[in-house]
Amino acid sequence: MDRRETIKSLFVTSLAGGLVLQSCAPDKVDSVEVVPADKTNVYGRTPEEAKRDKDLFSEIYFTEHEIETIAVLSDIILPSNDSYGSATDAAVPDFVEFMSKDLPYHQLPLRGGIMWLDSQSNKLYNSEFVKCTHEQQISLVDRIAYPLDAKPEMAAGVKFFSLMRNLTLTGYYTTEMGIKDLGYKGNQPNVWDGVPDDVLKEHNLEYDPEWIPKFVDQSKRDVQAQWDDDGNLIS
Amino acid sequence: MQIKETPKQYDVIIVGSGAGGGMATKILAEAGLKVAVVEAGPYFDPKDPKQKTQLKWPYESPRRGASSVRPFGDFDSAYGGWEIPGEPYTQKPGTQFDWFRSHMLGGRTNHWGRISLRFGPRDFKRKDSDGLGDNWPIGYEDVKPYYDKVDKLIGVFGTKENLPNEPDGFFLPPPKPRLHELYYMKGAKKVGVPVIPARLSMLTKRINEDRGICFYCGQCSRACGVYADFSAGTCLIFPAMKSGGQIDLFVNSVVREVTTDSQGKATGVIYISKEDKKEYALQGKMVVLAASACSSARILLNSKSPVHPQGLGNNSGIVGKYLHDSTGTSRSAFIPGLINRKTYNEDGVGGMHVYTPWWLDNKKLDFPRGYHIEVWGGMGMPSYGFGFNVSEMNKHVGGTVGGYGNKLREDVKKFYGSTMGVSGRGESIALESNYCEIDPNVVDEFGIPVLRFNYQWTDHERLQAKHMHETFESVIDAMGGVALGEKPGEDKDYGLLNPGRIIHEVGTTRMGNDPAKSVVNKFQQLHDANNVFIVDAGPFVSQADKNPTWTILALSWRTSEYIIDELKKQNI
Repeated sequence: MDRRETIKSLFVTSLAGGLVLQSCAPDKVDSVEVVPADKTNVYGRTPEEAKRDKDLFSEIYFTEHEIETIAVLSDIILPSNDSYGSATDAAVPDFVEFMSKDLPYHQLPLRGGIMWLDSQSNKLYNSEFVKCTHEQQISLVDRIAYPLDAKPEMAAGVKFFSLMRNLTLTGYYTTEMGIKDLGYKGNQPNVWDGVPDDVLKEHNLEYDPEWIPKFVDQSKRDVQAQWDDDGNLIS
Repeated sequence: MQIKETPKQYDVIIVGSGAGGGMATKILAEAGLKVAVVEAGPYFDPKDPKQKTQLKWPYESPRRGASSVRPFGDFDSAYGGWEIPGEPYTQKPGTQFDWFRSHMLGGRTNHWGRISLRFGPRDFKRKDSDGLGDNWPIGYEDVKPYYDKVDKLIGVFGTKENLPNEPDGFFLPPPKPRLHELYYMKGAKKVGVPVIPARLSMLTKRINEDRGICFYCGQCSRACGVYADFSAGTCLIFPAMKSGGQIDLFVNSVVREVTTDSQGKATGVIYISKEDKKEYALQGKMVVLAASACSSARILLNSKSPVHPQGLGNNSGIVGKYLHDSTGTSRSAFIPGLINRKTYNEDGVGGMHVYTPWWLDNKKLDFPRGYHIEVWGGMGMPSYGFGFNVSEMNKHVGGTVGGYGNKLREDVKKFYGSTMGVSGRGESIALESNYCEIDPNVVDEFGIPVLRFNYQWTDHERLQAKHMHETFESVIDAMGGVALGEKPGEDKDYGLLNPGRIIHEVGTTRMGNDPAKSVVNKFQQLHDANNVFIVDAGPFVSQADKNPTWTILALSWRTSEYIIDELKKQNI
């Protein structure tokens, strides 16, 4: 069993009194394939960069308890819905683990934040955060999830939760599932011919009629450019 | 130590393979010269699957493209950055110049913004209007024929605007603006700030059979695998090799010095191979330096000999001086009109589709030189940092800041594509007191003495940055937007970035007619050794509020033709 599956199974077993994993609708995108550690050199790495990646993958920073806490929090931040999977379905804990080694300045705020959360949880419920009921977890999270309303004594927790929220959002929306969820349509060959008409209308905008003749005529994009002596395009 | 000699004698040794070196390689090789190109970094071809980053998805990187390794993120095609392990540079106390180097075939042209602006007639003669700095010994009319040729060879989109100091060229047609750019145009118009189509070197139309046509992935910073944007490797060096040029490419080869004979003329270069860490000597009848303004200055300063005791070309003591970079500062904005957008592919070209050229008269302002404004934004591909603090935008539209769950998912979609930004890029004044020199105490891992920088902005630049921010706020306000963050005040130099940050290093080997006050003549030939030329931005006398690359290319072409003429006349 690799580490990712370990994380996933730990997470599922920790949910006894908490979240119920929803059954998947047929068209639901509910998990992602994350490139395994030994196949990361698919994105144009120099030899030094490939080695750095490999070294980081060989290290483990978070303890199992910490990664379990990160998993629970990330799924509170982004639970699954009818169409898409949750943060852990998008392997967010793996991403947070990697980033803590790639950008070590994340290590202390995350480790300390998890300890802070457990301290609060122990005070309130006499239990570590991950062992609390879902209702107890949500009740605690509600005290740190809203920066403008949180009590001053919760400031450290607010900071930690904001960091977790940021990493969870980035970790999720940079996966294939998250990109589909977001609706990003690019990163593929296409021919840009301006803002769609219905969008222009919706925003009460139009292309200046004087500018229209200046723009590229996409039907002639493959015709080799030629100019007259004054620099006027004639092809 | 034994220096390994190559028996081959080259007509010309070109140091560096970026815009200047690439152009010289093409023109000189096509004229039949035997050329050695010596590049500090590895071979690079953006089409090579092992090096390609174009069209990769964020999840193909374990850090999702974060900038932990490459300063502009994992997919950016620059090998190097602000700091390179084993190759330090130092600073004089109290100053900060940030030096960006990219060591690879094509250099920084693989990732640059492709903003391709000609200098205008006034840009060559600024001293005439404000008494600051110096005029160039040449004028727009000297460079125009070469700008024209560069336009036709390499391709740049834009429009004829008949503006007095923004010369038109042989343009390809520009792409239509994106939605946030239409908002910018509308806002700018209200406050009297002009906007015209951008001028970028990407092929919106076929230019020849060797290069593809832009397919609008918006990823020019990754270097284009179909060669539809300008990089020196793909557009100059590869075609020159393909057309039968006699070019020997030495990669991973760090030039330490130019060697000279007893008369002081160059005889070649000594380089250190990164592969075996040994020294090698190359023999050449001429040396063309194109290693970047600061690297070329460093090579000259490290090339000391009895004839050139202060370094080659440095009898004037001017090498390294007058270093200057563009000024830069930015502001981002939230545009409530752009929330809850319908999503569609608006990647476009890898840069802005419209921009604001300088439009005011400095005689009526409290700073001497102008700036242009670049525009960015849109529904881009998520990468590391996406979603950070997204719910904070709610404070501008009466929503709840913070939270989790479905509410947060809705926030992400609500605010996707609703932020944009503007960046000012301006002209600074070249000063003798801003310079790079050799640090006598520090060598790099190749044993080569390194550069030490000394650079201070003055009120000329600070007040310009202040004006930029005033313009930004007025345009953002007119767009119905909310400027984000605080407007930087005097205590923060009005947001002026450190010198070097705009990566337009110029001026270290400036041209002039007087050998006592300049390093090269108006053909970029050393006053002190007539078989050494400099074709990077070192010879720039002043910067203009334009990006330097198009002028580097035009001037390198001009110098290359001069070299060919002089060889025919047997003057070199």
